Amino acid sequence: MPVTTIASRDIHVDGEGFLTNYDEWDPELAEQLAKQIGVDLTDRHWTAITFLREDYAARAETPGLRRVSHGAGIPTKELFTLFPKKPAKKMAYIAGLPKPQGCV
Amino acid sequence: MAYPGLVLANAALGEGVETHLFFTFWGFDMITKSRMTQLKFTPLGNTATHLPQGLGGLPGVTALATHTMKRQIAEVGVPEVPEFLKQIVDSGGHLWACRMSADMMHLDESDLYDSVEGIISAADFVEKTEGAQLLFI
Repeated sequence: MPVTTIASRDIHVDGEGFLTNYDEWDPELAEQLAKQIGVDLTDRHWTAITFLREDYAARAETPGLRRVSHGAGIPTKELFTLFPKKPAKKMAYIAGLPKPQGCV
Repeated sequence: MAYPGLVLANAALGEGVETHLFFTFWGFDMITKSRMTQLKFTPLGNTATHLPQGLGGLPGVTALATHTMKRQIAEVGVPEVPEFLKQIVDSGGHLWACRMSADMMHLDESDLYDSVEGIISAADFVEKTEGAQLLFI
């Protein structure tokens, strides 16, 4: 498993850069991860990220767009604005979770 | 079968790909207001149901197959067709209706799902999607 250095920390990631160890993530790291993909985190972003973290902890599966929209109470349109172009992947990346596997 | 096209469109949008859906003939019910909430699924011609094809024509089998399909689709967290269309539109997808299908069924824009952007000809769609990756489903 590759190891990369973000914010002076060694982080385990997969071939595409998604974190592979849930516990290596913290909010400070999220800020750095977001910067890497050009996202400035606002409270609204954090609502989504927090939901992803909690949902993954409960189900051991990264939620897809629809589940985040329903669970975090953020309309799909807004998710596309907050995390442009590839919201499901970008959210998972910033939240330090594996790439979502579901189709929807 | 309604879902393959919707799943692919949704996946394309999730990858940041501009997506246009052109609904024609058997796909038209999906965007017709009076029909879109009562879509049925038939095992006829669908070998993936693993049922003898002869069963498909029996009374009640379509209703049973539809019920089973809805349950299975819900179990994998996929919405029913009208909600799925909304998600696609909210994700930036574009819906178009086929002029010839509309004329044959005597339908106009008032009969169609509100997010359908227009009734256009096949030639219009080809022009609109010039250079794009086209999938026929």
